[in-house]
Amino acid sequence: MNEKTALKRGLTREVVEEISREKGEPDWMLRLRLRALEIFQRLPMPKFGPDLSEVDLADISYYLRSVEPVASWDELPEEIRKTFDALGLPEAEKEALAGLGAQVDSEVVYRSILKDVRTQGVLFLPMEEAVREHPDLVREHFMRVIPPADNLFAALHGAVWSGGTFVWVPEGVKVEIPLQAYFRMQTQGVGQFEHTLIVAEPGSSVHYIEGCSAPRYTKVVLHSGMVEIVAKEGAHVRFTTIQNWSRNVYNLNNKRAVAHAGARVDWVSGSLGSKVTMLYPTTVLAGPGASTENLGFTFARDGQYLDVGARALHLAPNTSSRLVSRSVIQGDAKAVFRGKVYVAKNARGAKGHVECSTLLLSPQAKTETIPVLDAENDEVELAHEATVGRISKDHLFYLMSRGLTEQEALSLIVNGFVSPILKEIPLEYALELKRLLEISFEGAVG
Amino acid sequence: MRKLDLKGNLFPMAILETQDLHVSVEGKPILNGVELALEEGKVHALMGPNGSGKSTLAFALAGHPDYRITHGRILLAGEDITHLPPDQRAKRGLFLAFQYPPEVEGVKLREFMRLACGDQGHGFCEFQQLYPKAIKHLSMDELADRELNVGFSGGEKKRAELFQAWLLRPKVALLDEPDSGVDVDAFKVIARAIRELAAAGTAVLIITHYPRVLEHVPPARVFVLNEGRITQTGGPELARTIEVEGFKAVQR
Ligand SMILES: Nc1ncnc2c1ncn2[C@@H]1O[C@H](COP(=O)(O)OP(=O)(O)OP(=O)(O)O)[C@@H](O)[C@H]1O
Ligand SMILES: [Mg+2]
Repeated sequence: MNEKTALKRGLTREVVEEISREKGEPDWMLRLRLRALEIFQRLPMPKFGPDLSEVDLADISYYLRSVEPVASWDELPEEIRKTFDALGLPEAEKEALAGLGAQVDSEVVYRSILKDVRTQGVLFLPMEEAVREHPDLVREHFMRVIPPADNLFAALHGAVWSGGTFVWVPEGVKVEIPLQAYFRMQTQGVGQFEHTLIVAEPGSSVHYIEGCSAPRYTKVVLHSGMVEIVAKEGAHVRFTTIQNWSRNVYNLNNKRAVAHAGARVDWVSGSLGSKVTMLYPTTVLAGPGASTENLGFTFARDGQYLDVGARALHLAPNTSSRLVSRSVIQGDAKAVFRGKVYVAKNARGAKGHVECSTLLLSPQAKTETIPVLDAENDEVELAHEATVGRISKDHLFYLMSRGLTEQEALSLIVNGFVSPILKEIPLEYALELKRLLEISFEGAVG
Repeated sequence: MRKLDLKGNLFPMAILETQDLHVSVEGKPILNGVELALEEGKVHALMGPNGSGKSTLAFALAGHPDYRITHGRILLAGEDITHLPPDQRAKRGLFLAFQYPPEVEGVKLREFMRLACGDQGHGFCEFQQLYPKAIKHLSMDELADRELNVGFSGGEKKRAELFQAWLLRPKVALLDEPDSGVDVDAFKVIARAIRELAAAGTAVLIITHYPRVLEHVPPARVFVLNEGRITQTGGPELARTIEVEGFKAVQR
C-alpha cells in the first residue's frame, strides 16, 4: 500500500478537499463535493429498511489508491491479477466485450476499449479523466439525475465519490457488444464510492455491465456507488449489475435513469452478495413514449438482509414500465421488494406492471413485498402481482421420479424459478449464477 | 426363490412384484395387501372404481414420500426397493407417467430429460441420439421448447409423459391414465408408443377406465383394484365385462 495516498479515517472538509486535490479536479467539482458534504451533515439516516447503525461513518477510510493504474493485466500486483484472472476478466475482454474497466478500492486501475468502438466516437473513461478532459459533457449531467439532497447516501457519495466510469455514446451510434466495469474492494476498512455516468445521445444504444466482489473481512465496510443514466430521444441503454460483495459489505447504492421521448432504459440486477443491500434502480420516464424494464434477481442467504426494489416514475404520456422481481431466500435471510410505479397527472396512457415472486427455501426465511401504485390520472393501466411460495413436494417428487437426485431436482426448480431474469443476463454471468445457485437445500421443501 | 407351477415349470419371472403391500396416506390406510406381478415385455392393465387406490399404488411404487408403505415389499428385478428414494428407483428402471403431471415453471423439457438420461445410466437412453427421435415420434416439436407442462392441455400433458417414457426406456412403465382426455390422433401416437415400449422389453402397467385403450394395446393381464386390494385378475375379456356390466359384476 502506498502510504501517501491513504487518507485518515472519517469524513471532514479536509478529507474531501484532499480527495479533490489528489485527483487534480477543477474547481466546480470541488464546490460540488463541498456542497454535498454540507447537505450530508444535515440529512438523517434512511427512515425505512435495514438497521444501518453498525455502519460507523466516522471510522471509514474514504479514499485509498492502493494500486497504480496499468496498461496491461501483467503489470498488476500478483494478488489482484490472480483475482481478475479467476473472475475471467482478461478472457471476457478478449472475447465478449467492447470495453472493460477495472477498479480496485478508490481508483480505476485498468481500462481498455475496442478500437472500432473508439473510432465510432464512443467515450469510455475513468470518471476522473472525463471530469478533466470532457468537463462540459460531464458537468451537464453529473449529480443532476440524482442530486445530493435526494438522500443521505447520495449526499455522502457526492462528497467523496472516487473512480467509476463515464460513458458517452454519440448520436445514432449503436455499440453492439457490451462495455463492462468491474469493482473490487480490496483493502480492509476502505469504502468504495464509484460514480458511473452514462449519456446516450439520440438514437444511440449501449449495454453496460458491472460486476463486483471483495475479499471477506470481519469488519463491516461501506459501498455506496452511484449510477446516473441519461437516455436521450430514442436511445436504448441497458444496465446489468451482478453484485457479489462479500458478507461484510453494506451496499447502499443510488441508481437512476432519465428516459427522454421514445427512449428505453433496462435495468437487470442480480443481488447475491453483501451483508445489507439497499438498491432501488429507478427510471424517470420523462418524455412521451419512453419505456423501462426493470428485472431483479435476489438471492439472500444466511445472515443477509437484501432490501431491493424498482421504481418507475411516469412523467409523460404513453410511457410504459415493467418491474419484475424474483427472490430466493435461504436460511434466516431476509429479502424485501419495494416496487413503485408513480404516474403523474399529464402521463395519460401510461402502462405499468409490477410482478414479484419469492421462493422461500427455509422456514426461517423472511420476506416482504411492498408495492406502491400511485396514479394521478385515470387513463392508465396498472397491474400488480405478488406470490410467495416454497418448493412443492410434488414438483420435487416428479423430477426425482425421473432419476434426478434431490439436489439436482431442487437446483432445477430454483433455476427455473429465476429463469425469467436469468435469461436476460449475459451467458457468462448466467453460468456463474447457476453455479452460485447450487446450494444447500436443507429444509427447503414445503 | 422362483416359483414352480403344478407341472414343475418355472413361473415367468416378474420384473416388478409387490408382496402384501399396505400403504397409508396421511395416516389413512388406502391399500390393504396388494399382490401384483408385472412381466417383462408385457402389457398389464389396472382397473378399478374412482378412489379405489390405483394412483396410490402407482405413487407408492414410485416412492412418493407421502405414500407410506406400512407393510409388505416391492421387488424390482428381484431387488427390494420398498424403502428406496424415488430417484434410486428411477435409476433402476422404474418410470411413472403421472395422472396429473405437475407444471414446473422455468424448467425446459430438454434440460430435464438431459439430466434424467445422465442419471439413469442404465444404458438405454443415449440422449443426443434418442432425444430428437423421441421428439419426432411423439409429435413433441411444439411442446419441447416450452416450460415443463406449463399451460399444456390435458392431452398434451399425457403425450409429454409418454414421450419421457419412450425416451428413458424404463424396465417398468407405470402409466396412470395415459388415455384420459386424449383426442383420437394423440391417442394413436400414445398407443403406438406403449406398444413399442412393450416390444422393446418394458413391463407396462396401464391404469385406465376405458377398454378402448386396451383394444389398441392388448393387455396380457387385467387386474381389478377395489378398496385397496386386487379383487380380480384375468385376461382382456375382464376389461370388456367391466365395460358392459360395471365393477359390481366383477366384485367378489
Ligand atoms: N394425498 C392424499 N391425501 C389424502 N387422501 C388421499 C391422497 N391421495 C389419495 N388419497 C385418497 O386415497 C384414495 C385413493 O385415491 P387414488 O387417487 O389412489 O384413487 P384412484 O383409484 O387413482 O382414483 P381415480 O380413478 O379417480 O384416479 C381416495 O379416497 C383418495 O381421496
Ligand atoms: Mg387415479
